[in-house]
Amino acid sequence: MKTAKMTSMERVLTTLSHKEPDRVPLFLLATMHGANELGISITEYFSKAENVAEGQLRILKKYRNDCIYSFFYAPLEIEAFGGKVIFSEDGPPNTGLPFIKNLEDISTLLPPKIRSAKPLHKVLKAIQILKESVKSDVPIIGVVMSPFSLPVMQLGFDKYLELMYYREDLFNRLMQVNEEFCVDWANAQLEAGATAICYFDPVSSSSIIPKEKYLETGFQIAKRTIARIKGPTATHFASGNSLQLIDDVSKTGTAVIGVSAAEDISLIKGACKNKLTVLGNLDGITMRRWTPEQAAENVKNIIEKAAPGGGFILSDNHGEIPIQVPDEVLLAISEAVHTYGRYPIGSNP
Amino acid sequence: MNKFRFLIDGFERALLTVDRSAVDEIFAKSIELGSSIQVAGELVTQALERIGNAWESGNVSLSQVYMAGIICEELIDKILPPMSSERKGKPTMAIAVFEDFHILGKRIIYSSLRAGGFELLDLGNGLTTEDVIKKVEENNVKILLLSVLMLPSALKIKKLTEHLAGTDVKVIVGGAPFRIDSELWIEVGAYAMGKNSADALEIVTKLMGETV
Repeated sequence: MKTAKMTSMERVLTTLSHKEPDRVPLFLLATMHGANELGISITEYFSKAENVAEGQLRILKKYRNDCIYSFFYAPLEIEAFGGKVIFSEDGPPNTGLPFIKNLEDISTLLPPKIRSAKPLHKVLKAIQILKESVKSDVPIIGVVMSPFSLPVMQLGFDKYLELMYYREDLFNRLMQVNEEFCVDWANAQLEAGATAICYFDPVSSSSIIPKEKYLETGFQIAKRTIARIKGPTATHFASGNSLQLIDDVSKTGTAVIGVSAAEDISLIKGACKNKLTVLGNLDGITMRRWTPEQAAENVKNIIEKAAPGGGFILSDNHGEIPIQVPDEVLLAISEAVHTYGRYPIGSNP
Repeated sequence: MNKFRFLIDGFERALLTVDRSAVDEIFAKSIELGSSIQVAGELVTQALERIGNAWESGNVSLSQVYMAGIICEELIDKILPPMSSERKGKPTMAIAVFEDFHILGKRIIYSSLRAGGFELLDLGNGLTTEDVIKKVEENNVKILLLSVLMLPSALKIKKLTEHLAGTDVKVIVGGAPFRIDSELWIEVGAYAMGKNSADALEIVTKLMGETV
């Protein structure tokens, strides 16, 4: 039986309800490729809301994507706290030296206010432009760094781990500040027109901290934070492993889990069944050297394992496709999703 | 026969649970049993290698690897102070974060090697090709360990290795892009690639043995 063609929004909502839509939704999370589409540098591209909005609209059309991804770059939130961002022409903007130099400074740190944090305004403006354009036909995915993962850029990873293990007082204080900011920032994006929020939380991954530590920290923080975000969320582990956490992640109130390419998608799908929609898990690093044929084969394999029954969105494993991935590979991924992703899965040529 | 063998399991467990009092207690026992360099090589290095391998197989997390490394580094510094003649510091070895500022990988390798009784220079973070070339020449570095997190940073190592071609500097790379793409270290012209602290200890031990 064929299913009638759906809009991207209908397709995504159907899969989120663990039913089979007309085909597998494609979330091609290309942030920097929009600069190529506009023929401008990455630095210039991210300097204006209009550039990113236009770039996302071109990606939507060119790759027949099923979402708009209003994510600019990870250290944007660090700019809001007054930290520095280093732009590069061959990769995503990177955070500079951590702005919290002394752990004791955490005791006086305050969450930035959205209305006075200028770096955030271009994202809100881009979301508004995009919403005006796609209306309710295509979901717009906003992004926040989780309160638990943001300190990697605020303090540096090494100092953050030492804080987590040795300075519970300051750790709790930093989480309080970051939770306030995260909730405000997520809700501002939803008010601007975002449909859902991607909650990036790589530090909670079992690649980074043991499960016992996650249950004491990242899990509790996610439960509190997600409960205050006024829209659906997807939790993304940005290449980190999460298979052993799936039951717990489903209890944080999130609807989707972004998973690693290093874990078996069949096992992940089995563990997530009727609890979480799986987002993943093409490997973004090796993707740059794939041929179009390899790209199609990789998409087909993942779809066969994870798509039956719905509850699955095809995407990369990291939430940010490297600019080094050629357009023909992205086009091949899209074509493969449109070919092999038609439901019912299993009866396609 | 390793005289510390009956201590290794408990030491490893204490490190993984970041149980400082248990770590200190076992370490105190170990220094009664052997020389400083034996404790570094036969207890601490072995425990760190096990932890590095356990991370590789997905059984421990990065935070445990990091905490184990810095705890061991601190312990070994007490019995083998920096610049101690017993430390293995020749030929000159150095480590840096190349192009980006994600320093955790570098700190893990730096701590693990120092805890294993090696001495190495920390050249810094966010270094460009030109910075690295200058520092390598200034310090007469022969073994250069480079850590990266971002793919563009990894790809830029090629320019550096091309510049160093024909010299006796050996470039060893590590970091997420190299762990994920097993051919990348060859593409950028590195001498070797380490996936974890256990690999780093093994590669450096072998290289130091060859070049002393």
